[in-house]
Amino acid sequence: MTARAVRRRVPHKGAITFFVLPFGVLFALFFILPVGYAVVQSLYKVERVGTFGPAREVFGGLTQYSRVFSDGPFWSSIGRVLLFGVVQVPVMLGIALLTALLLDSGLVKAGRFFRLAFFLPYAVPGVVASIMWGFLYSPNLSPFTAVTSRVDLLSADFVLWAIANVVTWVYVGYNMIIIYSYLLAIPTEIYEAARLDGAGPIRVAWSIKIPLVAPALVLTTVFSIIGTLQLLAEPQVFRSFSSAVSSTYTPNMTVYSTSSIPNFNLAAAFSVVLALATFALSFGFLKITQRKGWR
Amino acid sequence: MKGRSFAMLVMGVCTVYILLPVWWLVVAATKNRAQFTGTNPLWFADFALVDNVRELLTYRDGVFLRWVGNSIAYTGGAALLGTLLAAMCGYALSKYRFPGREALFNLVLGGVLVPATALALPLFLIFSYVGATNTFWSVFLPSLVNPFGVYLAQIYAGASVPDELLEAARLDGAGEVRTFFTVASRLMFPGLVTIFLFHFVAVWNSFLLPLIMLGDERLFPVTLGLYTWNTQVNQLPELRGLVLVGSLLSIAPLIVAFLLLQRFWRNGLGTGAVK
Repeated sequence: MTARAVRRRVPHKGAITFFVLPFGVLFALFFILPVGYAVVQSLYKVERVGTFGPAREVFGGLTQYSRVFSDGPFWSSIGRVLLFGVVQVPVMLGIALLTALLLDSGLVKAGRFFRLAFFLPYAVPGVVASIMWGFLYSPNLSPFTAVTSRVDLLSADFVLWAIANVVTWVYVGYNMIIIYSYLLAIPTEIYEAARLDGAGPIRVAWSIKIPLVAPALVLTTVFSIIGTLQLLAEPQVFRSFSSAVSSTYTPNMTVYSTSSIPNFNLAAAFSVVLALATFALSFGFLKITQRKGWR
Repeated sequence: MKGRSFAMLVMGVCTVYILLPVWWLVVAATKNRAQFTGTNPLWFADFALVDNVRELLTYRDGVFLRWVGNSIAYTGGAALLGTLLAAMCGYALSKYRFPGREALFNLVLGGVLVPATALALPLFLIFSYVGATNTFWSVFLPSLVNPFGVYLAQIYAGASVPDELLEAARLDGAGEVRTFFTVASRLMFPGLVTIFLFHFVAVWNSFLLPLIMLGDERLFPVTLGLYTWNTQVNQLPELRGLVLVGSLLSIAPLIVAFLLLQRFWRNGLGTGAVK
């Protein structure tokens, strides 16, 4: 054996291969390969010989991307989910933060009950939650006729916020639990010191607890941004309840409806642009919060 | 005392908001078709839950039960096997030094940021290239991969399996693989339950992948099945009741399981806090 081979020998090579290989192979096949394949597909286009000739795929360079960038409905769907996120994410996280602080304040009895109750919707998949709320919004079925007889929650003006409510309902408790678990990790001596200095509970919450759970807020915000841009199941279900939800209502619905035309090359380009936009937004948010020293 | 009443008021209002829709669903599932409208939506009329369930389970040769079976296989199967694979890989990343380790870790970390829905379409194209769309495996195999699980397993292995213990096992002559299954995996167990739960929810909620991949109704998971029924409610009004009873039946066992396992959620979600 040469000296070089000895140096490069890895101990427990067989075991490491056994541990890493199964996940590694599946990860390569069903994660890395699709990402690459989407990029490749997005660079092709379908061409026909003459008007009725056979279709064949040829390299199209950035043809699909120029179509993506001039696609009006796609960009209005991006604008729609951004508007959705700007309103829904702060409202949801605000409620999650407030309730987590209340649970942690010692003012609330039966904290265990509230934690369980709040967490319950997380077990409800988006499809089922949307079906349920869809019925609750329908004017002739809803138990809330006082509201639904005056305001059509499924009309074009309101349906986006009706969907926002479904998403909030599902995820508010999950986010509360994340923030609450960060609050539990704060050593209580800090509160003692603050109390001795004469700080009341609101002051403690504002000046000590919220800054210390900022990492949890950053984390939940990033997850929520990703979730918002990927919205699909909820609006797709709402198409059965409201004619105001078009087949290109959110970016992922555009991907789905484009792929069922079928125009796979264009759909792949939509997918790539959406994944990049998601990455840029969540990464950008992390960078901004880092610069402000919130982490 | 003003603070206490305010706190209880806020928590009370939020709890009503969370529980009222579920209560409505429970009540609605017990009503027969005639009483579904026209009776108090938030209170029971004639108790027809048993009839409704029987109708649901026999409708179209019991396709609903098949969907439930599919969901158990897709979700439970993928989460169990996927957690094992993630645990093994995360353990190796934490406990061994080998060439390509850094690269693999960075790829996995990058994978955490790729939204699963972005993969659905290219996965469909790849499976249709090998002629395997509209099969059980086309949904099951991609569902096994969970980079976030590997990332968590790597943290849990580092935190809960002491290196000295592995050295001791080696001195006793135990093989590496055996040590993992008999010692390390037990120490990592609470963390593995958390990974399992995350994985379970991710697959349970995944919608675009089965929507794009599956055409045969008999392969649907229960969420996709209920979605399809819901799109047909206008043509087939009898489906409305079935959709609601089906929704209740599909979430009830999960809610119970989630509530029982909540301790693991809190521990898992708090990992970031103690890091």
